Amino acid sequence: MILEPTERLKVQGSVEMNKITMAFGANLVLRGVDLTVKGGEVTALLGANGAGKSTLIKVLSGLYPGHGGQIIIDGKQVQLETPSDAKKLGIQTVHQRIGEGVVPGLSVAENLLFEKIAKNTLGRVGSIRQIMPKALEVADSLKLGWSEKFLRKDVYELGIADQQMLILARALVEIPKLLILDEPTSALSAAEVDNLMNVIRSMRDDGVGILYVSHRLGEIDTIADKLVVLRDGAIRGEQRKPFEWNTALGQMLGEDALQDIQGNVETRGDKFILEINDLSLFQRSSPFSLSIRKGEVTGVIGLLGSGKTEIAESIFGAAKKRSGHMTFEGKAFRPRHPRDAIRMGVFMIPEDRANSSMFPNWSIAKTASLPFLGQLSKGPNVGVVAEKRRASEIIRELQIVAEGADQEVDSLSGGNQQKVVVGRWLKGKPKLLILDEPFRGVDIGARRTISLQARELSKSGAGVLVLTSEVDELLEIADRVIVLVDGEPRLDKYLSETSREEIVHEMSEVI
Amino acid sequence: MSNPTTEEKRAIFLAKAQEGIVKYGFIAVTIGLFGWFALTEETFRQPSTLFSMLKFTSVVAIVGLGVTFTMVVGGLDLSVGSIAGLGVTVSAMMMVIYNLTGIFSGVMVLVAGAVVGALNAVLIVWMKIPDLLATLGMMFIVMGLKLLPVEGQSVSSKMILRDGSVAPGKFTDGFLQIDRLKVWEIPLPVIIWLILTVLAWYLLTRTKYGRIMYAVGANPEAAKLSGIKIEWYRASAYVISGLFAATGGMILSSRIGQGDISAGNSLLLDAVAVALVGTSVLGAGKPNAWGTALGALLIGIVITGLTIKGFPYYAQDISKGIVLLLALVFSFTLSRKKARFVAAT
Repeated sequence: MILEPTERLKVQGSVEMNKITMAFGANLVLRGVDLTVKGGEVTALLGANGAGKSTLIKVLSGLYPGHGGQIIIDGKQVQLETPSDAKKLGIQTVHQRIGEGVVPGLSVAENLLFEKIAKNTLGRVGSIRQIMPKALEVADSLKLGWSEKFLRKDVYELGIADQQMLILARALVEIPKLLILDEPTSALSAAEVDNLMNVIRSMRDDGVGILYVSHRLGEIDTIADKLVVLRDGAIRGEQRKPFEWNTALGQMLGEDALQDIQGNVETRGDKFILEINDLSLFQRSSPFSLSIRKGEVTGVIGLLGSGKTEIAESIFGAAKKRSGHMTFEGKAFRPRHPRDAIRMGVFMIPEDRANSSMFPNWSIAKTASLPFLGQLSKGPNVGVVAEKRRASEIIRELQIVAEGADQEVDSLSGGNQQKVVVGRWLKGKPKLLILDEPFRGVDIGARRTISLQARELSKSGAGVLVLTSEVDELLEIADRVIVLVDGEPRLDKYLSETSREEIVHEMSEVI
Repeated sequence: MSNPTTEEKRAIFLAKAQEGIVKYGFIAVTIGLFGWFALTEETFRQPSTLFSMLKFTSVVAIVGLGVTFTMVVGGLDLSVGSIAGLGVTVSAMMMVIYNLTGIFSGVMVLVAGAVVGALNAVLIVWMKIPDLLATLGMMFIVMGLKLLPVEGQSVSSKMILRDGSVAPGKFTDGFLQIDRLKVWEIPLPVIIWLILTVLAWYLLTRTKYGRIMYAVGANPEAAKLSGIKIEWYRASAYVISGLFAATGGMILSSRIGQGDISAGNSLLLDAVAVALVGTSVLGAGKPNAWGTALGALLIGIVITGLTIKGFPYYAQDISKGIVLLLALVFSFTLSRKKARFVAAT
């Protein structure tokens, strides 16, 4: 439920953007954005990947001093030349990439007070004990519930969710005028999201203006007061609560993309393609058996650390050998290296796209062909013609927005990058395709394309295994649903036999 | 910002100009310097000077080509100088002390280079020692080891051996021809350099092997998840590096005509420098065969030109440093691509 701010706002003000433009070379990414974020309000920014959200955020963080248009804070026009200008004016940004916001090797407390320490406002800091009182005070004021023990930990030891909270806390050490949150929940579990929402609400009630950027409509519905839709570098729509989601999605994707978003018809396979016997994922978890059928999409849902990635890596031969054994198409299957799995037609799309699937400065054609260089040509040479043709087919079949097969994958939007990664394996005719968190950082349009392709593949008789932590994603793609908790499967039903409530209930039965 | 269209045009022009500088700046500097030396110095433009310059550059260039392979897989080989030196000692020992044929000696030099390269590979790939540290250790070992059988002395024909007898053999005529032979006025080392560059270029850019080598260097994790056994590709780079360094050593040995114990020691820094300089040629932003060849050529031109102009010998090192830094400015400062090599170390 939304809590209406009842008391008088402690901070008043607004950040107003007036006809903001930004061009990279000849490419006009922002075409005159008008947007006002008022203090004491959560303004949600919705847009597909490539719409210009990141660019707008970077303009506001002072990273693009060369932008056009004006930024007006409390009626005064300001120039944001550097990130520190933005911070001085009270604009704090929590960027999507967690690694860029924390300093491993330092304790949580030191990270929390990093800016103060760096600016010497705490006096000479000799030991962690000296800053502990201040750190505890900040943590308490944000209601983080962090103990002294936690504050002493090295950031190395933190899970990704705690790191995310730490970055957020860092932005809040000085109460900002405008707080920009870029996909803040992508690494968080449901309980942690609740926690974050509470922090946001209390900031809002203190009069902070919040710009909330997310792909997750449910969150926006919960937290936002105002919704702004960005497409092709311009604002296409603006509404206040309660939101009309159909209108918003139409504005975000362009009208025709909406047509496709319909329920799936459940299909059931009959023959087993992969049988897993007595696999135990963690030392503390007990072994289980699981069989995956051809002709249906098996969806495994679980929170961070439930063992999803471990299942994927075990099947793909990418992890250390675990106990248990597998049969693939009736024969013993013991992949000791991804190469063994790929030869059998078992492919995996890893969850961390940038670190596990992409090569800096590599073209679409080169990225797409790498696992299949052997098939693309005979003899020792790379079959350049076949490679390009293959890439062009992938671009066409997955509707990738790109200049051509030679464009670098890094320069595509997140959704299109993911389409390249998915497309390269689809083109290799998988017998079993594993997709680990395939929709992370992917816009709704690309997500729809990818899930349709995966369903198409399963209908053609292949096995498809999808691992996710999002119920919406699961409902969109899966025929059969397995809930994974602490390395053990809990629920295993066809989608029509279960419900969102049951799935969520099973997932939360952790303790 | 009153007129966005001119602003935009300006931005596009600047971006294109910068791209042009990154791409052709290096080649322009090479041609410019060459032109300047050729116009101002009579001696410089004589073919004999040019060929001797190429011949003298060839050893560094060939060793640098080997280093290029290790840089492609994201590593570096600091033992190349001492491997070349090992090549000099091994060839001299084989021919002078054991009186063996030139061809057999040459093969043994290559074997020695490959063995040291393989040891590097074992240390780096399977024992997981960082490349710089492993090859640094190997550099010292090889540098000392090569002196062991010759008791720290240079090997020359008619030298007195430990037992008081005179060394039975000498550098064979055939072996000495490696450095002296000319084909249509072109010295053989230059031809070897050219052939090896073409070979390396072909391997790295046209074959599946080369494609995978670059993949392993760019993102080993993603390469592994694409089904590549990255260990073998990384290992191959160090063996190739050892072979190229040994080839350089062979040419050096043939040039000196004796087993000079200090030969090759200065090669390391030059070879690494030319490979690094090569990454900036044509805005490649990554190690590549023609880049290394051009990098060696530029350094050759600068050193020859300055020497003819009468600069003192220490001007050579200064100019090498300037060339290297200039190249790094092209790759790191001006290029919009993220330059990628040894940056991780």
